[in-house]
Amino acid sequence: MASRNENLLADWQGTTLEQTLEAARQLVEDVSFPTVSRWREMGRKVVGHFQVYFPEEIADAAGMLPLKIRGAQLEAVRAESRFGSYLCSILKTSLELALSGRVELDMFVTHPICDAARNLAAVWGRNFAYPCQILYLPQNANSSYAGQYLRDEYDRLKMDLEEIGGKPITNEDLNRSIEVFNENRRLLRRLYALKREQPWLVSVEETYVLVALGGLITRREHNEFLQRLLPMIEARGSRQQDKIRVVFEGGFCEQPPLDLLRAISQTCYVVDDDLLIGLRWILEDVALGADPLMSLANAYLENSSYSPVQHDLRKPKEDMLLLRIREAKAEAAIIAAAKMCEPGLDEQVTYSKTLDEAGIPYFLSEFEEKMTSFDQMQTQLETFAENILFF
Amino acid sequence: MRSFAEGDTMTREVKNPEELVGRGAREGAQLFREWFDDLSRISHEGGQAAYVFVMGSMAELLRVFDIATVFPEIHSLQTAVRRVALEYLNQAEDYGYSPDICGYVKADFALQLRGGEHPMGQIPRPTLAVATNACNTYIKWAEIWERMFNIPVFTLDVPGTRSAGTQSWPGQTAFDRDRRYVSAQIQELISLCEELSGKRFDIDRLREALDSTNQMIRGWKRVLELNRSAPAVFNALTDGTIYLGVANAIRGLPQGGQYFSDLVEEMEYKAANAIGTVPEEKHRLVFVGVPCYPIFRRFNEMFTEWGGIFVSSTYLWFASGGINLGYEYDLQRPLESLAEGTLINVRQAMDSMFFQDRALIEMVDTFQVDGVVFHPIKSCRTTSTGQADTRRAFMEATDVPCLFIESDMMDKRVVSEAQLKNRIDAFFEGLNARKLQHAVV
Repeated sequence: MASRNENLLADWQGTTLEQTLEAARQLVEDVSFPTVSRWREMGRKVVGHFQVYFPEEIADAAGMLPLKIRGAQLEAVRAESRFGSYLCSILKTSLELALSGRVELDMFVTHPICDAARNLAAVWGRNFAYPCQILYLPQNANSSYAGQYLRDEYDRLKMDLEEIGGKPITNEDLNRSIEVFNENRRLLRRLYALKREQPWLVSVEETYVLVALGGLITRREHNEFLQRLLPMIEARGSRQQDKIRVVFEGGFCEQPPLDLLRAISQTCYVVDDDLLIGLRWILEDVALGADPLMSLANAYLENSSYSPVQHDLRKPKEDMLLLRIREAKAEAAIIAAAKMCEPGLDEQVTYSKTLDEAGIPYFLSEFEEKMTSFDQMQTQLETFAENILFF
Repeated sequence: MRSFAEGDTMTREVKNPEELVGRGAREGAQLFREWFDDLSRISHEGGQAAYVFVMGSMAELLRVFDIATVFPEIHSLQTAVRRVALEYLNQAEDYGYSPDICGYVKADFALQLRGGEHPMGQIPRPTLAVATNACNTYIKWAEIWERMFNIPVFTLDVPGTRSAGTQSWPGQTAFDRDRRYVSAQIQELISLCEELSGKRFDIDRLREALDSTNQMIRGWKRVLELNRSAPAVFNALTDGTIYLGVANAIRGLPQGGQYFSDLVEEMEYKAANAIGTVPEEKHRLVFVGVPCYPIFRRFNEMFTEWGGIFVSSTYLWFASGGINLGYEYDLQRPLESLAEGTLINVRQAMDSMFFQDRALIEMVDTFQVDGVVFHPIKSCRTTSTGQADTRRAFMEATDVPCLFIESDMMDKRVVSEAQLKNRIDAFFEGLNARKLQHAVV
C-alpha cells in the first residue's frame, strides 16, 4: 500500500470510471505538473529523466520522485533561444518546462538515445545549478561485458542519487522498489493484454493516459490506481465496432498529442504500440536478491522491449515489429515518426520496406507534439481503413 | 604582431623554403588521392574493407588484419565538395529517406545503390562495419549496411563524459570501470576480425601501427598549437580539412606519421618566419561545427575577403577522433593502452561537440581570438544541437563577438549563399567597428 502522505493525486476514490479517466487525462496534459509541486511541498526531491528508459527503481529507492520528462504541449518561449533550427520539438518543450519554472528538479538525467538528446545534459547543465548528466546505457548490448558495465553505471548513478538525497541506498531499499515496479509492470501488462484482446474496452488514448500517469506520481500510488481501475475497465459494457486492428509504431520518444491518438481511435483499434515504451521497457519481473543493480542491468539487456534507439543484434527492429504485429493479431500498422527525429525517420524506411515484403498494409505519418489539426490525417486514415475493410 | 615562434619554435635550416611552404597541402592532397585509388583497387580485386568512422575508427587494429578502412563520412562529404551530392541525396530520398536526416547517410546509401560508384573512384563493399557511439547516427547508418550487405556490425560503445568537467582518468575507479568495458569489446572485435580475415592477431603489428599513430598524434597536436602564431600558419577550415583527411585515411601507417612530422616542420618554419595564409590577417576566428561543403571554397572566401582567418576549429578536434588531446599509446602494453586511448580519445571527440564551451573560452587568450563562428547544420544534430546554448554561455563569459549561421554540410538546397554573405558581412563590419573603437580608446 502506498503511504497516505505520499499520495499525489487528488481524491479519486469513489469517482466513476469515466470521471477518473477524464481527471487522469487532464493531469497528463497539465503543463503545470501539480503532482510534482505537491511532492516538492512535502519537502521531497525530484529526478527528471528524459526519454526513453531510466532505472526509476534507483531513484525511488533514494526516496525521490522519478519524473518522466516527455515534452509538453506548450510554446518553447525561453528554450527556443537555446536551440537552433532542424530539431525535434520535445527537446525544446522539455527544457521550457524547467526554464519557465513549471517543473523544479534536483537532478536531470538524459541518455545517449540520439544525437540531439545526448546534448541535453550539457545544455541543461549550463542553465541550471543542479546536477545534469548523461546516463550511458550500453549501446553494445551484445558485448559479454555489457551487463557488468551497466551494473557499474547504475552504481555510479546510485552514488550521485545518495549525495543528492542525503541518505545511503541499501540493497533492501532497492529490492523494495523493484517489488513495487514489478507489480507496476504486471498491471501495465494486464492493461496491454486487455487492449490486445478486447480493444473496444480501452482506447489507445485512454491506455496512453493510464501509462503516462505513472511518470508523474509514485509507482505505489500508480499501482493502487491501476488496481482499482483495471477491473472497472474490464467490466465496461462497450461493444465491439467495425474497426481495423493496427499497431502504432513511432512513439518511443516525442509523444503524439492525445487528440491525434483519439483521431486514430475513431477508425482503428490500436492493439499494441511503442508509446512511452521506456515505462514498459522491462518485460517481466526483475529478480530480487543480493545484487539488485545487476538484476536491473540484466533485465535491461536480456528481458526488454525494442526501440529504434537501441542496437541489439538479437533484436532487429523490423523483425521485432513483425512479431509485435503478429502477437497483437493486427492487420495493419501505423508507422509514425516525430518531425526531425533522426532514429524514427531512419527506421520508417526499414519498417515500410519490411511491411511491403510481408504484404502488411501500413500508414506512414509524421507528427509533432504541438500539432493541433488532425482532420486531414483522419480522412486519410479512414480511406486507409476502408481499403482494408472493404477490399 | 606576436609570433608563437619566440622561444618555443625550433628554427631549422631549410634548403628550399619555397618548396616547404604549402608542402603539407600538396602532399596531403596527393596522399588522399592515393588512398582513394587504393580503395578502387581493393574494390576491383575484392579485398577486405571495414566501414568505419572518424571518431573511433580502430584503424590500428584493422591494420593488423590487413583490412582496409573506408570512411563513409569522407566519401559522402567528397560528393558535396565535388558538387554532385544532390544527385545522391535525391536518389536516397526517392527510395524513402527523409529530407530531414543526415546527408552523409543518404549520399552513402545512394552510393551503395550505385555499386560503390564515386567521383573519386570505386568504394569497396564492406566486410564488416565498426561503429562507435560517438554519433548515434553512426549506429543507425551501420544498421543500413547490416541489412543491405548482411555483414557483421560491431558497435564499439565508448562511455563519454557524464556531465561537464567530470572526466575520469587512469587510476580512478570510474575510469577503470569504463576502460574494462572498452577493453572487453576490443577483445571481441579482435575475435571477429580473426574470424573474418582468417589471420591471427599479431601484437607486434599492433605495436607498429600504434607507433605510427603516436607520431601522427604528436604532429597533430603540435600543428594545432602552432596556429597560436600571428599570423596563423594555416587556415583551420580549408588547410585543416586536408590535414584531417590524412589524419583519418592513413592513420596507423608509417607514411601518416611521417606526413605529420613533415607538417610540423613546415608550420614551424612558417611560424618562425611569420608566414601566414592571407595577405593581411585582420581577424582571428574560431569555427564551431562542420564546414559548409556544398560551397566549401566560396564559404571560406566570404571570411578571407575581410581578412578573417580561422585559427582553430572544433571540427579539427572531434573529426580527428579526439587526438588533439595528445594521448599517446604505451607500446609496452599495446592492448591495454589501445583501450585506454580509445576511451580517452573518443570521449575527447564527444566532449568537443557536447561540452565545448569551456575549451572555447580558454582559447580566447591563447589564440588571440577576435570572433567565433557557430555553424549548426541541418544534417548533423550531434554537432549542432548544443551550439546555440554554447554561444549563449560563451558570450556570457567573454566579450568576443559571435556569428551564428545555419546551413548544411551536404545539401545545397538549404544553403543560401546570399543570406550567408549578408550575415558574414555584417559580422565583419561589427568586428571592424569594434577594432576601431578599441583603437580610439
